[in-house]
Amino acid sequence: MSTHSEVAVHEHGASVPTFAKVWIVLLVLTGVEVFLAYEQVPTLIMLTALVGLSVVKAALIIAYFMHMKFERLSLFLTLFPMMIFCILLMLIFLGDATRLIGMRPGA
Amino acid sequence: MSSQASAVIPASLWEGGQSPYKTNSKKFGMWLFIISDSLTFSALLFAYTYCRVATPNWPTPFHFSPSIIFSSIMTFCLLTSSLTMVMAVHSMNQGNRRAAAGWILGTMAGGAAFVVLHLNEWLNLIRNEHITAFSNEYGVPLFGGTFFSLTGLHMTHVVIGLVYLGIICQAVMRGKFKAEDVEVAGLYWHFVDLVWMFIFPLVYLMSAKI
Repeated sequence: MSTHSEVAVHEHGASVPTFAKVWIVLLVLTGVEVFLAYEQVPTLIMLTALVGLSVVKAALIIAYFMHMKFERLSLFLTLFPMMIFCILLMLIFLGDATRLIGMRPGA
Repeated sequence: MSSQASAVIPASLWEGGQSPYKTNSKKFGMWLFIISDSLTFSALLFAYTYCRVATPNWPTPFHFSPSIIFSSIMTFCLLTSSLTMVMAVHSMNQGNRRAAAGWILGTMAGGAAFVVLHLNEWLNLIRNEHITAFSNEYGVPLFGGTFFSLTGLHMTHVVIGLVYLGIICQAVMRGKFKAEDVEVAGLYWHFVDLVWMFIFPLVYLMSAKI
């Protein structure tokens, strides 16, 4: 049993206080998002800020809660660059969405 | 397993006989699922955003009370359940199955609270705002279609996660399964949490009634 827990301590780089800190940061960022939603800012700036904060939150969850920070770099490089690339490719359609308003009859 | 082989990492890491990711196959399989599932959710989020940008009078039915308050509490539930899931994996790594089962039950409680609050929020939209999947008073039926598909798929994931954790929990209590199995279940649960971190601001906060 004792050897088992020694291995476990060795395997995991983050401790319980670290997880608690990440949790608090995630809650604070969520609070900032709700606050931002009620500020009178242009839609595009608001969208950028909210997506930016969400990406930070996602990165924290992936790095600490999902242990990606303590995995091999090869695993990260295999999974994430192509996923981010595919998601960015979906942005291609958004240009059409902005043109669609002007193409409506009577617009 | 092959601790001797993985202890020494030769230059020919990718030529076989090695574990290039130094992780077990279940975990890698779950990661592949998560990556593909994240693309599914991205597509739905983009569909929602596309419709929102392309529609001039997009509905903003989310009042501060109850919608935004409820969805904020739901976010809190999911984030907290992620923390308890991390604690479950931690306890399991320490060999403390009893504590691990307790933390998993706590995680399930957070998930169940999320589902109950979300259904409540759906009923509020349907009854008070008269928004269904096919029609609403704003004359933008696409809002209901995209909103209910996106949040419905997410809620399905949460429910599947509850079943998954229930199976893991009873197995852990009976002394079955290893720490890595709990960790793989944790990966799934964190992913469900992670997706909500995008749905909450992009769907709820961007359409809040000010």
